[in-house]
Amino acid sequence: MSIPNKNRILITAVLFGLMFGFLLQKGGVGKYNVLIGQLLLQDFTVAKVMLTAIVVGMVGVFTLHHFGKVKLHLKPTRIGANVIGGLVFGAGFALLGYCPGTVAAALGQGSWDALFGMVGLVAGSWLFAEMSGWSKRTVETRGDLDKVTLPDLLHLPRRTVIISVAMSLITVLLLLERFTV
Amino acid sequence: MKKRTTCIRILSGLAMLPLSVAVAAEPGLNALQYSGPAWSPYLVGTGIGVLSWLTFYFSDKAIGASSFYAHIAGFVGKRIAPVRTKSLTYFKDNPPSVGWGFVFVPAIIAGAAISSLTGGEFTNEWLHPMWEARFGDSIALRAAVGLGGGMLMALGARLAGGCTSGHGISGTLQLNPGSWITLICLFIGGVAVAIPLFGL
Repeated sequence: MSIPNKNRILITAVLFGLMFGFLLQKGGVGKYNVLIGQLLLQDFTVAKVMLTAIVVGMVGVFTLHHFGKVKLHLKPTRIGANVIGGLVFGAGFALLGYCPGTVAAALGQGSWDALFGMVGLVAGSWLFAEMSGWSKRTVETRGDLDKVTLPDLLHLPRRTVIISVAMSLITVLLLLERFTV
Repeated sequence: MKKRTTCIRILSGLAMLPLSVAVAAEPGLNALQYSGPAWSPYLVGTGIGVLSWLTFYFSDKAIGASSFYAHIAGFVGKRIAPVRTKSLTYFKDNPPSVGWGFVFVPAIIAGAAISSLTGGEFTNEWLHPMWEARFGDSIALRAAVGLGGGMLMALGARLAGGCTSGHGISGTLQLNPGSWITLICLFIGGVAVAIPLFGL
């Protein structure tokens, strides 16, 4: 497969971004009550959308990868930064009630409070850049495993891990469907 | 046999916990009393999963949102303080550019606008009724909390290397251990702040 040129990337970014925004809004995840409802453990829509997307995406992307049709795009695993970053992100998510993708969906559907979050996201990105020299020397060096996958880490064949993860996530989805409203 | 029944009771009790929280909520503070998703979450999840195949195949990219805000911060920074911006490690490693990550988020806004306008779900409101039920009708308070929340999210996302999309969907589906850690931690952090915030 040839490397796509810049225009092709931009055109597909518009097309796929439109589709992503459309799906997010239809999935209700641009709504404050659905997102905060997940964090309050009242509404499990977000978990259902995400876990379904992970199972479907995983099977398809790894199948395409097996036949050499796509490259993987792994972000480095840095345990210290992943844990602290995740927790800080979660705290901000609870305060705003939208995350960086769903805040865009919220704005699109006319929830204007999303604008405050977007300004905050830009300001926070600058703040991170200000401290990025420090964080690169400290937090980001803790538990740095660089680009790995779970099968690499567990020394198991990919197929085994994919099937186990898919089965586990489907079980979680069935339990959510059975025991939540 | 008896053991099994007890086991089922305990398990279903645990599973009912979120439900009991919902029932105990004060009027207005139950997320389920407001309008939910228009489509089944399984249909939407499948759509997002298939969309990720398409972005990998046609764009050689993974879905992600948070880098958009870093590009904007970089562009604004280059205008206001060009020397400072160029000296910062993050912008040296990730110079702001008009690429995939920059175009994707405005397209999300447009996609959600099309979906909500055609689906009769366009809200046109500054405050969500559930927010109002808990925190009152001050837009200034919403702005302050929203700004703070946005800033914390950007700090967290940049530190972790991605957000609910980049790590939470694209990373986890590639079985990236760092993405799974980030997703689990962001939910823990979110629940730990949201529940006291709503006084439940």
